[in-house]
Amino acid sequence: MDFTIIKSYFPLFAEAFLLTVKIGWIGIALSFLLGIICAFILYFKIPVASFIVKCYVELFRNTPLLVQFFFIYYGLPAAGIKISAEVCGAIGLGLLGGSYMTESFRSGLEAVPLTQKESAFSLGMSKGVLFTSVILPQAISISVPAVVANIIFLLKETSVFSAISLMDLMFTAKDLIGLYYNTTESLFLLVVFYVVMLLPVSILGSVLEKKSRFKIFGD
Amino acid sequence: MGFEVLLKGKNMIRLLAGLGVALRISLISVIISIILGLIIGMLVSAKKPVISATYRIYLEIVRIMPQLVLLFIVYFRFSKMTGISLSAELASIIVFSFWGTAEMADLVRGALISIPVIQYESSRVLGLNKLQTYVHVIIPQVGRRLAPLSINLITRMIKTTSLVMMIGIVEVLKTGQQIIEANRRSSPHAAFGVFSIIFLLYFLACYPISCLSKYLEKKWEN
Repeated sequence: MDFTIIKSYFPLFAEAFLLTVKIGWIGIALSFLLGIICAFILYFKIPVASFIVKCYVELFRNTPLLVQFFFIYYGLPAAGIKISAEVCGAIGLGLLGGSYMTESFRSGLEAVPLTQKESAFSLGMSKGVLFTSVILPQAISISVPAVVANIIFLLKETSVFSAISLMDLMFTAKDLIGLYYNTTESLFLLVVFYVVMLLPVSILGSVLEKKSRFKIFGD
Repeated sequence: MGFEVLLKGKNMIRLLAGLGVALRISLISVIISIILGLIIGMLVSAKKPVISATYRIYLEIVRIMPQLVLLFIVYFRFSKMTGISLSAELASIIVFSFWGTAEMADLVRGALISIPVIQYESSRVLGLNKLQTYVHVIIPQVGRRLAPLSINLITRMIKTTSLVMMIGIVEVLKTGQQIIEANRRSSPHAAFGVFSIIFLLYFLACYPISCLSKYLEKKWEN
């Protein structure tokens, strides 16, 4: 391993890292938003919308992100819809993540026991109060582990960005390997940057899981 | 809209053959992962410190590293390190098995620790020996918890194998690109048709398996 090479590659990887993180987190934010909206639609069983949401969730949970990207980035322009690589990355990740988040939030909402609802009613709570101060807080803590797992999964999926020619970490590594054939150094930096990106999230996630679990089970 | 390309010559059959390549890689990897995952999961549940620590590190590597990065490392680095030239397909089977084994082992461990101690104690009270306890009491319960989750792992494996095109294996996406390239003049909108079909093909491959997993999960719910 040659450290002068690593030093000269570092800025390139740092730039790619920032781009990956930026688009990754925009995508995750989108997936959060989409997940919450869709989970509410499913939970309240809104007639037509909940059928559409079901189709969307099944379609995106059962196809790989790479295929979704190819469809959005290469397929749609042929049908007249053109979007830039960056927007495509964020939207693609948001759509994929949205389907996973919907499932997590929905199962969180449904996991709140019926007795909680009945008890709240017998205490004289209105439907609105029941939902915001009884169901929602419990549903959120139940869905934390699944949401954390989703975030880690989505951050890992960002490695597919290179397929739509976004200059992300994978793209940079592949490019540099192709140009100079310094495989070891490029792969080393690639691994280092992914560890920097994911290890804090993984650790924070475990802490968050323990904290939110504590609140429901009191143990 | 570009769907007419698929009817030309053997294009549709080529796409299906491409999907076959992806499915073959995932099937082999799934089988290896399930076997190794079962063994490792059981070893870890024995709670020996050295095994647990090694397993923890292994799991953390798999959890943090994207499969594509692992694929690059094995495909580009392995041959340089050992002098053995790996075919892309073998490299991807190694990576997916490495990843799948960790996932499977974690599922097995999770299922094993979810069996309450009371089950073991009751079996002993009833006079069952260790082997009988496992065969008649523990394994049936673990199996029911494990089956839906491991079936789910198959769909995840199928979805992940789409990555192999990035190390040059000609599977369904690559074949699709070739078809689009070849027909660029005659049907400029081919990209839409081809990629929609690939999208659909993946869905058709994974959806029944997801449904089976969901069905089993519901059926065996306590």
